[in-house]
Amino acid sequence: MALTLTEKLLARAAGKASVAPGETTMTNVDVLMTHDVCGPGTIGVFQREFGSDARVWNPDRVVIIPDHYIFTCDQRSQRNVDLLRTFANEQGIQNFYDVIDDPQGTWTFDAAAGHGAKQFGSRFAGVCHSALAEKGHTWPGEVLIGTDSHTCTAGAFGQFATGVGNTDAAFVLGTGKILLRVPESMLFVLEGSLRDGVMAKDVILHLIGLVDVHGATYRAMEFAGNGIASLTMEDRMTIANMGVEAGAKNAVFPADQMTCNFVEAAGQAGGTTRDYVCLAADTDAAYISHHEIDLADLEPVVAQPPDPANVAPVSDCADVKLDRAYIGSCTGGKDTDFDAFARIVRGRSVAIDTFGVAATPSVMAHLKEATLDGKSLWDILIEAGVIMSANPGCAACLGGPTDTFGRMNEPLTCISTTNRNFPGRMGHLEGRIYLASPATAAASALAGKIADPRDYLQ
Amino acid sequence: MSDIITGPAFVVADNIDTDQIIPAQHLSHVPTVEADYRKLGSFALSGLPEGAYPTRLVPAGQEVGLYPIIIGGRNFGCGSSREHAPIALGAAGVKVIIAEGFARIFFRNAIATGEVYPLETAERLCEQIATGDELTVDLTAGTIARTDGSASWSFHPLGDARDVIAAGGLFAYARKTGLVAHRSTP
Repeated sequence: MALTLTEKLLARAAGKASVAPGETTMTNVDVLMTHDVCGPGTIGVFQREFGSDARVWNPDRVVIIPDHYIFTCDQRSQRNVDLLRTFANEQGIQNFYDVIDDPQGTWTFDAAAGHGAKQFGSRFAGVCHSALAEKGHTWPGEVLIGTDSHTCTAGAFGQFATGVGNTDAAFVLGTGKILLRVPESMLFVLEGSLRDGVMAKDVILHLIGLVDVHGATYRAMEFAGNGIASLTMEDRMTIANMGVEAGAKNAVFPADQMTCNFVEAAGQAGGTTRDYVCLAADTDAAYISHHEIDLADLEPVVAQPPDPANVAPVSDCADVKLDRAYIGSCTGGKDTDFDAFARIVRGRSVAIDTFGVAATPSVMAHLKEATLDGKSLWDILIEAGVIMSANPGCAACLGGPTDTFGRMNEPLTCISTTNRNFPGRMGHLEGRIYLASPATAAASALAGKIADPRDYLQ
Repeated sequence: MSDIITGPAFVVADNIDTDQIIPAQHLSHVPTVEADYRKLGSFALSGLPEGAYPTRLVPAGQEVGLYPIIIGGRNFGCGSSREHAPIALGAAGVKVIIAEGFARIFFRNAIATGEVYPLETAERLCEQIATGDELTVDLTAGTIARTDGSASWSFHPLGDARDVIAAGGLFAYARKTGLVAHRSTP
């Protein structure tokens, strides 16, 4: 029987030769990831159900990444980071990317020093989806389960990756297994390459607009075609990340040489090197739908409020005045996202409040080290008037406590490189969020209204 | 949980995402902590814009609301994987959500926690029913009816998921049916 890539991955993880859509399989999990928002609740369910002295199924395959509500005075949020540390110590979990270096310490955010002062230790890894890849926890052929909807990001590496809630995650912690229904697969064939000023974010926003905000619910989004080779690993992560905004269970790219080079380098750096397998869909596999996209046909788009499928070309939104711009998050705060943003704001000044948050400490290092015309990206951003946080993380992408960096505490209109624009997502319930690529966000920050990045390329 | 659920409905529109169900600033509450669980109930659906939703699911200062039944449109529960979402609704006294469709992770979390029954209907009830309308949901008969008998609709069968919710969630069901052993310690 011919299988899609997702079917191949799930069959392998169930120890079967074949699985079919609709079939429910007990699936072996390779990595379970959790963070500060859902980790404490997951641990609570695990201890309630398996016992206070229970051990996780494999401490080397549990990855704990505090990233959501870290740089805040909110007492409960600080407590949650400490709960993760206690659990990691009890269970011998090495892959705990703590905010602080002292394994016996407690985390306190120094509000007086503020968001402009570096407040994290040497182990801190930033936003979980970027950190998983950087630290060598994403491998072709594997199954990754995470307590975060954007866990689907790791489908960029040729693996099955999906988000679940605390109860399912607790079951995985205790057993290493999860009951999964095999999804039907939608095929997206990408050809050609993107034109200058058009980015991976435009690709996925275009696709979400095409299939609608629930068009991939219960389904896998599988990418294929010669166009994939023209996309960087970060591009593929940006695209897979937002599969869930169309409702998808997972989004997956086949692994190629670029994938192998990336995961092997990350594995070596992170000490997680292991054997892996690059699976491919059968040529005659059955898909529930088939879309062909020539990447060269795409143009810059935005997702208008109130949802990520409300997509329009930037040219249709040129009169939308903005109060704020924001660059950051797992889908829009990586090296190449800041590269594109800096290229446009270089030597210019933003016209509106513009906030920037690197996804990870590695991205932060890139901003300080990479240069354009002899000037660091960091200096370019600062000189353009961008207010940069010294602390990587999820920050205002999902609002967070009221003292979160960049949070919308008033009913503003914001253009953002993040992944959701439902009402209230970045803080204020009446805030209006336009999702866009880093290039479009940069051009719009300069113009004070939605602007086409192709008019600002330099 | 009883087979018959009766009471006033709270009606919402399409794409009610998890930020509207439980705004992100409240996620520092840990659902397995009893006081946090009750507090989550007080915030249920507090992310709905007040202009569009002047009536709130849970009155200010209360932890439990008046509405055991929520009527939604398409794609209820889209967005994040936060289990706080079905838990907040359950803690607020909601027993059943009836919608044209559910986002995948929310649907799974509703069942795994046993907090609420997520029921799908072919009909767009959110445009036929208003907040405060008295309804009766019969889980065995598979019907939703106006309590005065003036109209009724059917919902798609939940299958085995109904038993999981009735047992109190994934782990309670798994123990009841022998899928997992009893706790090693109390």
